[in-house]
Amino acid sequence: MTDDVVMAGFGGQGLMAIGKILAKAAMQDGRHVTWLPSYGPEMRGGTANCVVVMDDEPVASPVVQHARAAIVMNKQSIDKFEPTLVPGGLLVVNSSLIDRHADRTDLRVVELPANTLAEAAGSEKSANMVMLGAYVGASGVVSGASVEHAIELNFGGKKAVAETALAAYRRGFELGRAAVA
Amino acid sequence: MPNIKTVFERSEVLTSNQFHYCPGCTHGIAHRLIAEVVSEMGIQDRTIAVCPVGCSVLAYEYFDLDVVQAAHGRAPAVATGLRRSLPEDRYVFAYQGDGDLASIGMSEIIHAANRGEKITVIFLNNAIYGMTGGQMAPTTLPGMVTTTSPYGRDTLQCGHPVRMSEMLNTLVDPVFIARGALSQPKHVIKAKKLIRQAFELQHQGFTFVELLSTCPTGWGLTPTDSMHWLEHNMVPFFPLQVFREPGHAPEAANHYTPDLKVHG
Amino acid sequence: MGYDANLPVDQAVPSPAPERLLMKGAEAIAEAAIRAGCKNFFGYPITPQNEIPEYMSARLPEVGGTFVQAESEVASINMLYGAGSAGVRCMTSSSSPGLSLMSEGFSYLIGSEVPTVVVNIMRGGPGLGNIAPSQGDYLQMTRGFGHGDQKAIVLAPASVQEAVDLMSLAFDLSEKYRNPVVVIGDGLIGQMMEPVTFAPTVQSTTEKPWATTGKPPTRKRNIINSLYLDAETLEKHVLHLFEKFGRMEAEEQRAELYLTDDQPEIVICAFGTTARIAKSAIKVLRAQGIRVGLFRLISAWPFPQQAFQTLVEPTSAFLSIEMSMGQLVQDIRTQVAGRKPVEFWGRTGGVVPTSEEMVAQVQKLHHKLVAQG
Repeated sequence: MTDDVVMAGFGGQGLMAIGKILAKAAMQDGRHVTWLPSYGPEMRGGTANCVVVMDDEPVASPVVQHARAAIVMNKQSIDKFEPTLVPGGLLVVNSSLIDRHADRTDLRVVELPANTLAEAAGSEKSANMVMLGAYVGASGVVSGASVEHAIELNFGGKKAVAETALAAYRRGFELGRAAVA
Repeated sequence: MPNIKTVFERSEVLTSNQFHYCPGCTHGIAHRLIAEVVSEMGIQDRTIAVCPVGCSVLAYEYFDLDVVQAAHGRAPAVATGLRRSLPEDRYVFAYQGDGDLASIGMSEIIHAANRGEKITVIFLNNAIYGMTGGQMAPTTLPGMVTTTSPYGRDTLQCGHPVRMSEMLNTLVDPVFIARGALSQPKHVIKAKKLIRQAFELQHQGFTFVELLSTCPTGWGLTPTDSMHWLEHNMVPFFPLQVFREPGHAPEAANHYTPDLKVHG
Repeated sequence: MGYDANLPVDQAVPSPAPERLLMKGAEAIAEAAIRAGCKNFFGYPITPQNEIPEYMSARLPEVGGTFVQAESEVASINMLYGAGSAGVRCMTSSSSPGLSLMSEGFSYLIGSEVPTVVVNIMRGGPGLGNIAPSQGDYLQMTRGFGHGDQKAIVLAPASVQEAVDLMSLAFDLSEKYRNPVVVIGDGLIGQMMEPVTFAPTVQSTTEKPWATTGKPPTRKRNIINSLYLDAETLEKHVLHLFEKFGRMEAEEQRAELYLTDDQPEIVICAFGTTARIAKSAIKVLRAQGIRVGLFRLISAWPFPQQAFQTLVEPTSAFLSIEMSMGQLVQDIRTQVAGRKPVEFWGRTGGVVPTSEEMVAQVQKLHHKLVAQG
């Protein structure tokens, strides 16, 4: 069983970070995993994206052309990755910054205002955590506990920041799970 | 024979191999001086030599030391690798000519000096490429005829000779920089003192001794005329002096305290 | 449905292997080198491998080692020559243009028999090219990449864990043969994160009586040198080197065979990241009923011909897939020697081939084979 997800948005929105958190969580679940960033000039301020592949067998290709899921946090990212998803794929859209709905009708779509929700949970900086939560809640690819543990590890000793991130993640998780229920 | 005493002998730091250098060439003198210094300091078992490409490419045949033969110009980099790997009590010296050090190896010498590598570099400057047949070197004098400057070094085309000691003396980290000559006994005696000083200071930082040398074959002069030629032509452009010694670090080193907050 | 994952962390997160770490390939390569006893690193910044020197600059001082940022790749390889001469485990890493600059020094390492490890995270070329993943240095690396009659073992990992394992092997082999070893990856392996486990740190146990550490009165001087002015003496030295290269060719071939046991119609030949992507393609093609397998080089030199030769008879055709314009395929053609069709497909310029493209290429070749009967 293979799961993969591409995560895309502006540099600085924390997409690489949630990719690593997801990869770490999947690793904790005992799965094989790869995390592959886009790199190069586009790292500096443009769109940043990373792909996480999770597999019960050793991961074959870490490069994914048609992913099973996408987390998109800005307009350029939905334009770029929506057309590439497999039929029936999962598209998690940050409606705070994306002013259009998905064009395709063969996708499972979760739209949520991640920036607003994150602000309500304590900090707008945690919008990426809302998006991660929505993806995990809707896809169920990793155990919630593993993700929470990975989030705590990600923030090291900074307990207050970790709590805010967890709150944002949990809010996203609830909405993601509800959306596909 | 109680009235006979040894006044001169081959240093035990030199092998019994016969030098291949041309008659009148001063490489042999430089080798002997280094060997005597190593011997007198009692560090033969702790000294590693790095030999260059050029006339002294075979220097590893002459020093009874552990030796690494380096690629053209790279002796300071090789010496850096040795220095950073060997126990602190070891002595590492590189031996280089002017084409090797001041042309193809300019980058390596500048940066080894700038890092303050705890090595000694002995630099033989004879203003010409000897091994390859007498071509123009970065230290060739203005107007000097070589096989690649048949009309004399044209400074409008080739610039002026590079003064390595002066150039290195602009850096903060070297602890000893000096220029000597091998053209007459008093200079040879002084040169040995400079080499000794450099070795003694080596564990404090980068040490450099430039030795003005002859190339009778490349210059097309007799050995004796070469010695005179060196003194009359090279010394005025390459003054013999100690440029740097402990206690005389450049001003900048003491007063420059930058604001280092880059990454917050 | 509400959120319900509130179990205590230590119960909820079983840790199957406690030392399993999620690491970037480049950093894992650096850590693996340190665990293999690497004491010195010399390098010059170049993308896409900067995480290696950055990691080394932080970690080596912790283990009593030395990091030197050299003034150029030319200097790095010559610093390595000095450090290797002193007998310590040392390495450098760079990317394609940097390796071109190192080629003279690399030849000296071989000629003077100095063990060391060089990592090449390959990028797009020729010239300045770009910083995207490439395998365009295959021929340059596998032919020894310096001047003169010379060879060096070249290892090509396809995963972060394999990169870790091969780094350790690289240090061992470099000392076993007194010859530099090259590890080649592409930017993908350098940038990708995967779970890895490390073996405990070891120190080299190889005796190095040849090292230039200072000559005690009890032995003759050691000379590290590649100069032999007399032609017959140099010939003797080169023949000695080739005796070693012959042993490497006999003993150090490494390859992975994937789904090649059922008289495959097509065997894809690849290494590194390309081979991984090919595995994804093979899964798709197998589901379509095409018998396709993979021959993956782990040692790019020596070419793993013992394993490869077992495939020539049962396989109908070979397809070399590369991130270059047909370099590996030259070795495949030499090995097949006209007995079976050998085709090439690749992307270059830093373009990473997709598994969909590979599927299409294999299907095309399959149709051709079927049409030819």
